[in-house]
Amino acid sequence: MIEVKGISKKYGETIAVNNISFEVKAHENLILLGTSGCGKTTTLKMLNRLIEPDNGQIFINGEDVIKQNPEKLRRGVGYVMQNTGLFPHYTIEENISVVPKLLGWKKSETANRINELIEKLHLPQDSLKLFPNQLSGGQQQRVGLARALVANPSVLLMDEPFGALDNVTRNSIRKEFKDLEELKRKTIVMVTHDVQEAFELGDRICLMDKGEIMQIGTPKELLFNPANNFSAKFLEGEKLALEFKIIRIEDVWNSLPEASKVDGIRFSPELTVWDAMEKLQSANVSELIFCSKEGVSKKVNFHDLTSAFNQFKNSHLHE
Amino acid sequence: MNEQQQTLWQFMLLESDKLLNQTLQHIGLTFISLIFAVSIGLPLGVLIARKRRLSGAVLGIAGVLQTIPSIALLGFMIPVLGIGAKPAIVALLIYALLPIIRNTYTGIIGIDKHVIEAAKALGMSKKQVLFKIELPLAMPVILAGIRTATVINVGVATLASYIAAGGLGEFIFGGISLNNTNMILAGAIPAALLAIILDGLLGLTQKLNFKKLRKLLFILPFSLLILAGFYILPTAAGSDLKAGFTPEFMGRQDGDLGLKSAYGLKIKTVVISDAVMYKAAFSKELDVISGYSTDGRLKAFGLKILKDDKGIFPPYYAAPIVLESSLKKFPELEQTLNLLSGKINDSVMTDLNYRTDYLHQTPTRVAKDFLVDNKLFKAPKNGNGDVVKIGSKIFGEQYILAEIYSMLIRGNTNYRVETKTGLGGTKICFDALINNQIDFYPEYTGTGLLAILKPDAKLVAKITPDKDETYNYVSAEFLKKYKIKWLKPIGFNNSYALMMRQKQSADIDVNSITDLKNYLDKN
Repeated sequence: MIEVKGISKKYGETIAVNNISFEVKAHENLILLGTSGCGKTTTLKMLNRLIEPDNGQIFINGEDVIKQNPEKLRRGVGYVMQNTGLFPHYTIEENISVVPKLLGWKKSETANRINELIEKLHLPQDSLKLFPNQLSGGQQQRVGLARALVANPSVLLMDEPFGALDNVTRNSIRKEFKDLEELKRKTIVMVTHDVQEAFELGDRICLMDKGEIMQIGTPKELLFNPANNFSAKFLEGEKLALEFKIIRIEDVWNSLPEASKVDGIRFSPELTVWDAMEKLQSANVSELIFCSKEGVSKKVNFHDLTSAFNQFKNSHLHE
Repeated sequence: MNEQQQTLWQFMLLESDKLLNQTLQHIGLTFISLIFAVSIGLPLGVLIARKRRLSGAVLGIAGVLQTIPSIALLGFMIPVLGIGAKPAIVALLIYALLPIIRNTYTGIIGIDKHVIEAAKALGMSKKQVLFKIELPLAMPVILAGIRTATVINVGVATLASYIAAGGLGEFIFGGISLNNTNMILAGAIPAALLAIILDGLLGLTQKLNFKKLRKLLFILPFSLLILAGFYILPTAAGSDLKAGFTPEFMGRQDGDLGLKSAYGLKIKTVVISDAVMYKAAFSKELDVISGYSTDGRLKAFGLKILKDDKGIFPPYYAAPIVLESSLKKFPELEQTLNLLSGKINDSVMTDLNYRTDYLHQTPTRVAKDFLVDNKLFKAPKNGNGDVVKIGSKIFGEQYILAEIYSMLIRGNTNYRVETKTGLGGTKICFDALINNQIDFYPEYTGTGLLAILKPDAKLVAKITPDKDETYNYVSAEFLKKYKIKWLKPIGFNNSYALMMRQKQSADIDVNSITDLKNYLDKN
């Protein structure tokens, strides 16, 4: 859990971050979103004191960050960066074991943990003896993630972790990232300027501009209840795509027709409308069957989906 | 005198002991200074990479030091550090500093800043970031700096022989003075090879990957220390007197070799340049030096010549040598030039030299004062007879003599005078005379014998102990061979001489080279 209370940072006359406060709940994924220069990265780096805040307080798991030894603090907080920041003169294994070494882990303990991680992150076993420049960009980013996770930090800070990857690699890694069990137990603060990414990965989004928070809330809140003109404008261009991506079948459950007889594959209503449309397209079927936890089944075709989606949207807009 | 026929290989074999010793000294000097340069330059480079504001000043100062000519730098060192290893090492260290500081600095600031940020973010302390990340990543660039510094040092270390610090410069500069090509090459080739080999070895290290580099970093300091250990200060028999001889003197039969064979002199000896030798004797860095008997510095630094009682230094009595044809053309010339005969003895010449070299009086003024004092001066007649052309070699004494002769001719005859002073060396002067470009110039009997006539060693040994025999021999041979006449000697003998401080000489009662030998044997 992270608590930020009124932190600011000035560079000369320029105010990078102006008196902002927010909270990240345990196991929550908060996205700092905004254009370049909005102060999101500065905010992130103040959390592990890579940048010292001018004033304000930061608590991680209840402890005052400013009062801690910065090196000890950082060993307990995972950090993933855009350019991976892997050490070019260390092998992959050495890169991952930096923090365990600093913490004085036993060698066997470190080795076990590394093996566990590379399996989870789909890194080839023989890559451990290689140097970073011998891996692909996607693999390097996975190593960066492994390095941040290896010592089991409860908090993970990520600075545009997928920013340096090409589109295809980025999408596949993002998916893996979403599915990674280990990450679901972490409190994560992640910086991005990619709106799609923010909405796909964030439990909550903190939209920033000129060093201040414009709005902080769930993706749905940002989409359907923009707090101000800035929020509304910021999402304008990608609104429809975002809506498809955040509204789930369970959200429009009541507007969908019930299925009388059920056979074939059943899908979970946790699927987004976007995912459901993709399934309809790619499987080349006219209908999908969803089954809720309560055992209720619904049969959905493309037309049902769009009309339910429209109903849901209308009802939210008129709230 | 048959050095020319000797091959380089024979010379190197003959002198292999010295060659090995000099090479080891050379390597040692190079690496001792390199160790110091690394231990100063590396931290400085790190410091200015941290505090960039300082970088301009530090790199600027190191750059300025780099541009000081090496001879001048060695010169500056002597008053502070004396002669020998200390000033040489400091001078070399100063030259090695810039590449090491600069490359450390650029190496560190050139590291991807994300890598440094990652290191901090993972919780490394400043020290850990420096030693685990920054220095290893900057190492190829730092090694390139060390490589440059090494090659510079191998080159500059040849100059160490100027200030008695040894090294391959002893052969190089000795060879230049003695006009002995084999000796020059015996020093220059190993020095060049050393530079190429060290450059190549250090070049290899830059190509290594990080893993091998890490192993190397453990080996490097040890190998540096071992190489530095090659420098063993030149030591010899355990007397408390120390001699400094010029490279030329070291290699001559009528020099150090003669001292050993004729006198059996055993003295702790270093090789040093003529330019700093007198000063070093004055400041008690050295006790015995090999100088020239009429050098003005003899007087300037209160030195005393030890008598060459066994006569190993050939006489170098000065006298004008004139073309016979010129004597016919200028009938009054001979008697005019002979006016000076016997008028200038060693101490008078030393004094005249002292006045031009140390008091910086012009040769014209010194010449006139001398003539006036000796009542030889006559106002110029401004005649319009034929022109007598006077030559001189390119050092102070010869300029003074040319001026004196010029004034004598103008005052006593109607001839006009043209002086062609500063004719390089003996060969140039002599060629000019033979080819009738000049009518006469002052020459020394020893030079005429050893540099021009070059008779066999037996004859040299037979006639040189006696100054008249030498004069008679060159006089007769010149007339026969070149139609050149030696006029009467001027009086002084500008030969090699061993000298000591006057006070020390009196204190230990050493007045001749035999005294010196006896003193050394007793102590």
